[in-house]
Amino acid sequence: MEDLEAEIVKLTQPVNGKKRDHIQGKSNAPVTLVEYGDYECPYCGQAYPIVKEIQKQLKDQLCFAFRNFPVTQIHPHAQHAAEAAECAGSQRKFWDMHDYLYEHQQALDDKHLEQYATKLTLNLDRFKGELFNHVYANRVREDFIGGVRSGVNGTPTFFINGVRYDDSWDFDTLLKTLRFTIKDEK
Amino acid sequence: MQKNRISSSSASKPSDYVRYTPSTILEPGISAPDFTLHSTPDQSVSLSQFRGRPTILVFYPADFSPVCGDEMALFNEILPEFEKFDAELMGISVDGVWCHLAFSKDRKLRFPILSDFEPKGEVARKYGVYRKEEGVAERALFVIDKDGVIRWSYVSPIGVNPGAHGVLNALESLNVNKKQ
Repeated sequence: MEDLEAEIVKLTQPVNGKKRDHIQGKSNAPVTLVEYGDYECPYCGQAYPIVKEIQKQLKDQLCFAFRNFPVTQIHPHAQHAAEAAECAGSQRKFWDMHDYLYEHQQALDDKHLEQYATKLTLNLDRFKGELFNHVYANRVREDFIGGVRSGVNGTPTFFINGVRYDDSWDFDTLLKTLRFTIKDEK
Repeated sequence: MQKNRISSSSASKPSDYVRYTPSTILEPGISAPDFTLHSTPDQSVSLSQFRGRPTILVFYPADFSPVCGDEMALFNEILPEFEKFDAELMGISVDGVWCHLAFSKDRKLRFPILSDFEPKGEVARKYGVYRKEEGVAERALFVIDKDGVIRWSYVSPIGVNPGAHGVLNALESLNVNKKQ
């Protein structure tokens, strides 16, 4: 039977610099990679070092943005982990916490989230207050709904220049695709 | 959550993707064929029992495809968004009811998954979404309005989870009153 090709699926809310998104790299870089991720998802855990290596390779040609997509029914700690990263973000340490969470996926319960905040020298009272009052729950939900409307179909889901990427995200294939896109943009 | 990925070996540009729909899938405007399928060993579900509410049918090849998550887990997570439209969600595959029970428990599914087991794939065939060679249903989505008419349908490549954006767009276009 003839195999179908996937439809082109687009981000409903493109990255608009640092206005709303957590980004690494310049917002006018030729290629933007958005990841919708879940901190408790092992596949996102696998993708984490791949993205890091890709960032090393592409340097200022790449703008990387991370958005939340916690799959809470199967990952019970994913929601709080996402909120914890956003709390850290309000103290300008989003990426430090993002990285820490992916490097400690086996321990994402609230006690450990507090420990990580301490390790990252965050104001602990503020962190705890914001986490336990779910100050960033809406932000996480907005990411999630935006992801759903954009066609996120699992975690991680990547968008390259606003278009959902359905091919393999192994290092070689993803890097090759991003390089292609950079060439196209020139 | 694992995603099924198409097994393309060459790096594709996003612009390479083109939409293709096989000719057999039931198109919008057609009355959705009624069916009665087991959701559990001792319970059955009929499409017609949901007349008066929009219905979403998610055909999929098999339970227990990759670890950790899949299309059913995704739709399960998004369920509250469908409920805003008072829509009923049902998954359908050719797996037997006991397999469905175990899968549903494992993924903590909060909607019924129906067993298109005997005759095998009969409902998938009626909807034009049966893969004869493999003996499984396509990854196909249908949005049916409250009067039982198909208003949107889509088949995804077997290796790509279609996501739920198409379903939500279709529900919105039904002009259903959305609860906030």
